[in-house]
Amino acid sequence: MGFMQLMQLIVSSSLMYAAPLILTALGGTFSERGGVVNIGLEGIMVMGAFMSAIFNIQFFGTFGAMTPWIGLVAGGVIGLLFSVLHAVATINLRADHIVSGTVINLAAPALAVFLTRAIFGAAQTGPLPRAFGRSNIFLLHRIPVIGPIFFRNTSGPAYLGIIIAIIAWFILFKTRFGLRLRSVGEHPHAAETLGIKVYTMKYAGVLISGFLGGMGGAIQAQAIHNEFGILTVAGQGFIAMAAMIFGKWNPLGAMGAAIFFGFAQSLARIGNYIPIIQDIPNIWLQVLPYLLTILVLVGVIGRAEAPAAIGKTYIKSK
Amino acid sequence: MLTQNNNRLNNLMVPILSIILGFVFGALLMLLFGYNPITAYQAMLDGVFTSPYFFGEALRQATVLTFTGLGFAIAFKAGFFNIGIAGQLLVGWVSAIWVALAFPDLPRIVLVTLSLVVGIVAGAVWAGIAGALRAYFGTSEVIVTIMLNYTALHFTNYLIRNVLSTGNTTERVGENASLRIDWLTNLTAGSRLNVGFFIAIIVVALYWVFMTQTTAGFEVRAVGLNPHASSYAGMSAAKNIILSMVLSGALAGLGGAIHGLGTFGNIFTQSGLPNVGFNGIAVALLGLGNPIGIFFSSILFGVLDVGAGFLPNRAGVPDEMASIVIAAIIFFVGANYLIRLIMGKLKSNKQATEGGE
Repeated sequence: MGFMQLMQLIVSSSLMYAAPLILTALGGTFSERGGVVNIGLEGIMVMGAFMSAIFNIQFFGTFGAMTPWIGLVAGGVIGLLFSVLHAVATINLRADHIVSGTVINLAAPALAVFLTRAIFGAAQTGPLPRAFGRSNIFLLHRIPVIGPIFFRNTSGPAYLGIIIAIIAWFILFKTRFGLRLRSVGEHPHAAETLGIKVYTMKYAGVLISGFLGGMGGAIQAQAIHNEFGILTVAGQGFIAMAAMIFGKWNPLGAMGAAIFFGFAQSLARIGNYIPIIQDIPNIWLQVLPYLLTILVLVGVIGRAEAPAAIGKTYIKSK
Repeated sequence: MLTQNNNRLNNLMVPILSIILGFVFGALLMLLFGYNPITAYQAMLDGVFTSPYFFGEALRQATVLTFTGLGFAIAFKAGFFNIGIAGQLLVGWVSAIWVALAFPDLPRIVLVTLSLVVGIVAGAVWAGIAGALRAYFGTSEVIVTIMLNYTALHFTNYLIRNVLSTGNTTERVGENASLRIDWLTNLTAGSRLNVGFFIAIIVVALYWVFMTQTTAGFEVRAVGLNPHASSYAGMSAAKNIILSMVLSGALAGLGGAIHGLGTFGNIFTQSGLPNVGFNGIAVALLGLGNPIGIFFSSILFGVLDVGAGFLPNRAGVPDEMASIVIAAIIFFVGANYLIRLIMGKLKSNKQATEGGE
């Protein structure tokens, strides 16, 4: 395999595995910037993956090649609906954020498999008729050298994720909404004094995270596993949270970290083609993403700046 | 004194109402999908309580849940969220089986003790990593234990395929490592209920003694209630973080060892993390961190787990329904503000009507 082909393989596989992580990590960023810890993203991804798979199977005849993209939105919507549960529990009912997230992570796989059985009579959906597949990125794939490596035969959803990351950065740091959301996560009392509706902002953060997490799950189902079953998501939501922390709660940082984790995950699949890496026993490549996450957190967390009021219940003054 | 009693009653009402609301939620969901909830719940209860075998199985499941529940609770009391119970259980399970297979000729009492101790140590070390990273680097134990979960899963599967056996299942451990006791097996018509059940009861008592009667237990609770005040009072935060995580992992590891030696007698490759780990979290939250509460919660969830097996055949309902009910129960426990609010409203209404002359 030539150098160009190898680079192409590494970049496209990394992006493919990174795509669900990018969107979900961005979701986590919105939620935590508003002060709500959302470890329920794992469960939200499960629901998104489930919904997109159902959508894909039911509507591929109607939408043809557009099916996975519309399925993406369907996954986002169900993720958003599911995140309402987390928002109500943590914001209005004063539940511990981690307990509520754990409930979502317990409930989502059970509910999704329950529904899959109710609809299909089996625990898996079976292969999806219209998966994302690989695509060339409009015009960019014609650029010499860079084009074939980065933009040819690659993951469309990953580039969507990168675009959303840039938009998310703009929203969080350059708009009034972003400033308000961040102020609620840093110091809700001060924010309320200035007339910001703290609960509304927190709801916005959690619901955006639900939408993005649901989309992340939809990508996981439609681009990586090409089916929905209990093992479709298997921990990706947690890795996305780690990417968010690694990225220091900054959308662009989260995106970069997600691509890095995507690369680490792809090694277990494409490591055989890469010199040096092919000599490492597969077990190490399998656990690499998890061990890297821990190492990265140990290295980075001391300097990382989490939103000050993260994970705390805010009780509105009367 | 009276208010204290009142509080205790209120505290007991939260789990009881949560259980009721959880079952109601499950019933509504079943109605929504055209299933008959009464048939479903009856199938579960009949299935478990009319057969000594399945009742024994429910208690056997409760045994493991008691360990994972206590394990989660002790870290939770100290203010840490050990989501890694499932991974710690798994390393305890695999290492206990490893020892049992490696020394088949040791006398039973020695081999059983050795296997259990190795399981405890393995779980303790696995959780201790997260505790130490938290204590010295401030790394979130939530993320670290999750990552260690998947690491444990892959390593365990690797060990089973490459070291302990050549396939996906190890050989069964010998009689000398089994936790089976004949009279218990006969009493429950051949179920896998084993001596682990009695170990669980002893550990429940020990947990209570540790938390309420010893200085170390007091420190763990104090750190959980107010880390700043306790470090001001001279307690070492780092020491207590690590201690509570190590004990938490030790309990999960013991649960895993008992699951291995008692329930299965072997270990096989897992496609995902064992559910008993995560349901331990549910058990601890429903038991409100109280060892007796955890014990009874384990029995409830053990019945639900085993009863779930009757749902598809006797009621035509997918067996995931039981997990949904468990999640719903924990939702209401977590959102207990709702329950307290409603009870508060009811009480003030009652007082108003009684007080009005």
